[in-house]
Amino acid sequence: MKKLIIILMITLPLGVKGQEKLNKNTKASFEVSGNCEMCKKRIEKAALSVKGVKMANWDIPTNIISVIHNPEKAPIQTVHEAIATVGHDTSLSKADSEVYDKLPMCCLYDRDKIE
Amino acid sequence: MKHILSLLLSVTCLMTIAQETLDGTILTKEGTQDLPLPGASIYWLGTQEGTTSDEEGKFNLPLQKSIDQLIISYIGFKTDTVQIQNKKKIIHFLIPSEAETLDEVTLTQRRKAIQKSYLEAQNIVNVNSAELLKAACCNLSESFETNPSIDVNFSDALTGTKQIKMLGLTSPYLLITEENIPMVRGASQAYGLTFTPGTWIESIQITKGTGSVANGFESIAGQINTEIKKPFSDLPLFINLFTSANGRQEVNLQGNKKLNDKWSTGLFLHANQRNQAMDQNGDAFLDVPLADQVNFLNRWQYTNPNKGLVSFGSFRWMKDRKQIGAVGYNPSLDRNSNSIWGSEIKTNRIDASLKVGYVFPEITYQSFGFQSAYSRHDQEAYYGPRVYEIDHESFYANLLFNSIIRNTKNKFKAGLNVTFDRYLETVDQFFFNRTDRSFGGFFEYSFDNLENFSLVGGLRADIHNNLGTFFTPRVHLRYLPNPKTILRASVGNGRKAANIFAENQTLFGTNRVISIVENGGSIYGLNPEKAWNYGVSIRQLFNLGSGSGDITADYYITNFIDQVVADWEQKHQISFYNLEGPSRANSFQLSLDYSLSKALSFRFAYKNYDVKTTYNSGFLQRPLQAQNIFFANVGWETERKSNGAQWRWDLTYHSIGAQRLVATSRDDKGSYSPSYGLWNSQLTRALKTNFEIYSGMENFGNYRQLNPIIGAENPFGADFDTSQVYAPIFGRMIYAGLRWNL
Repeated sequence: MKKLIIILMITLPLGVKGQEKLNKNTKASFEVSGNCEMCKKRIEKAALSVKGVKMANWDIPTNIISVIHNPEKAPIQTVHEAIATVGHDTSLSKADSEVYDKLPMCCLYDRDKIE
Repeated sequence: MKHILSLLLSVTCLMTIAQETLDGTILTKEGTQDLPLPGASIYWLGTQEGTTSDEEGKFNLPLQKSIDQLIISYIGFKTDTVQIQNKKKIIHFLIPSEAETLDEVTLTQRRKAIQKSYLEAQNIVNVNSAELLKAACCNLSESFETNPSIDVNFSDALTGTKQIKMLGLTSPYLLITEENIPMVRGASQAYGLTFTPGTWIESIQITKGTGSVANGFESIAGQINTEIKKPFSDLPLFINLFTSANGRQEVNLQGNKKLNDKWSTGLFLHANQRNQAMDQNGDAFLDVPLADQVNFLNRWQYTNPNKGLVSFGSFRWMKDRKQIGAVGYNPSLDRNSNSIWGSEIKTNRIDASLKVGYVFPEITYQSFGFQSAYSRHDQEAYYGPRVYEIDHESFYANLLFNSIIRNTKNKFKAGLNVTFDRYLETVDQFFFNRTDRSFGGFFEYSFDNLENFSLVGGLRADIHNNLGTFFTPRVHLRYLPNPKTILRASVGNGRKAANIFAENQTLFGTNRVISIVENGGSIYGLNPEKAWNYGVSIRQLFNLGSGSGDITADYYITNFIDQVVADWEQKHQISFYNLEGPSRANSFQLSLDYSLSKALSFRFAYKNYDVKTTYNSGFLQRPLQAQNIFFANVGWETERKSNGAQWRWDLTYHSIGAQRLVATSRDDKGSYSPSYGLWNSQLTRALKTNFEIYSGMENFGNYRQLNPIIGAENPFGADFDTSQVYAPIFGRMIYAGLRWNL
């Protein structure tokens, strides 16, 4: 019982504090190329793998990802790069052709030829 | 993972429903006809806020503050961007795209009426309003007949009340909640499910096995949560009329109004009555009670999406009266008579609740929730010369905080709750008073790797004046070895105070002598009940021919550490005592769901129960529990015309195996009931989208238990017993009704 109360007392103020310092929870959204449900999992997983990214949600029809991140720990450029590393082009970062080629069939989104 | 939260935690659930919304319909032109497009995607430009259209092409989407462009897309059609300016309603036509036309391929997927969980770690079955319409009638206790996870039994030969069981255990071992507030408990255990009209229900979530710690320590075998229709999203006006050949009439009137962009209110009225005396089996006792009920609910909903606030307030009042016993019994003349046996059960109940939810606007993964509820349940009843009265006052409050650890793969819930229950009981010439007070806190962590593994682990600690101080741990796991196979496992414990009279109210319809073997415990001199529940389940999705389906197998074990045994084994006696020895309920279920096409679907299930308890007379199967049950259901429906016209039909078959019977003057020791089959069917004709008529037949195989009342010829003698019922008392029953809405 006591332990729980302590946990609550620790977590509640933290939550409120997070709310005051808005810059720690910055919202951002940008375009990521992809097609399907499998892409969605891969893209979101890649975004969340960056320390400081708290929430990531990629929308299939619009190809827009919405993230909440701490820009100090996770600059937005790092998030772009992490997504590009798994094969998906973003508005700022392009994926390696080798990685792109290894994506499953349904994930091979239309891509402008690079070089 | 998201789903689990919204299912189990009403506050987040409310959040998604309760915002200012845009209503729309997506259609396409075929020749001169306007056809609805089900399954079209509708999204706000540049967001993840979206939905898909339903079978009628309709959708409902929360309005966005800053975005006014809607993207509407559907395979084989041109994707459109639509400007929405202060509109609340749109109708949009999609044009087939030449380039993308897929010849003769339709990719519509109908939302199934029963959805088994895919994403959640817990084994949850969601029953939506389409499935609820298949039930003949009329209240929550009758809403499970097309659902194989729940068994519906007949509780006694007098009231015709249906009792539900899950994993072979009766409702006291299930946590039954209404919008996550515990509802059917204590005094309402016997008839509580009949106090929620079916038309009020939006959806039902059935969790098999141990539930979430957020909802308390009481659930042992599972949890059933009912969501009531919300004033903001429900129809402005709804009328339902029902009549049946066994003399039951029902009226439902429901209205909802949006007062302004933040406030909406709903008024729900229900009345039912049965005033025709029925005695098909000629035992001079009513087969079904003479009854009437008035039920009233007023809900208020406040939503302010800009501030992230949502709130619900509800007030409910219910009055129910049942008269049972001899045909021709007149309560005002024959009360206290010792020649004619009759009974009346009168219940008055009020409920009030308040809920507030707050979502942090900038960090939507974080929220607070507060729930509180008060109820007073007052039942006065006599059964011939016996008396049972219970007055139960209850208060419940719960404070909840949701957030994440590091990122949304790791979520947690933490909360506190208080419960207060005061019971005043009159049992024949004895009085029992009890007050239960508990205070508890919980922490629940969930992890989802976003691919194939998720886990929910929770621990709660409670201080209870009669149950002591204790911990309740619960763990759920989900793993997908491939996208079509879902494995689940769960383990957890639960405990409860046994309200022996309220839970075994059928004993008053007998002349059995009550004996309580006290052992110094705090509840009627008995110790509380405690059990562990373990479960595993595997679900395999498949495609076959043009259809798709799934096969699910699950096995659950409930092991009682302590239990209050209700022992009916001795003739002329019922004893209550704490368990001495093993007691377990093992259940196995194998089910197959298959939709051949949009029009035709099948559901089969086989269930095996092994429910054994140590009685004074030995380790025996629980009486009146079938060990083998087979279930089949066929559903058929035509495609909806553009004016909404449609036919729907369904047929359900239950085969109930032999049930052990206790020794009475009717049944010998060690005897079993015959096994039997039950058939139900219903046909619905939708004339327009907002008007439908339905008719059906329950038990059309006309199987009846012919001698349900033991000692009916001398109801004041020692042999009299109405509690030993294993089959329907009433035969074939035709009913009809209509539904209309604005």
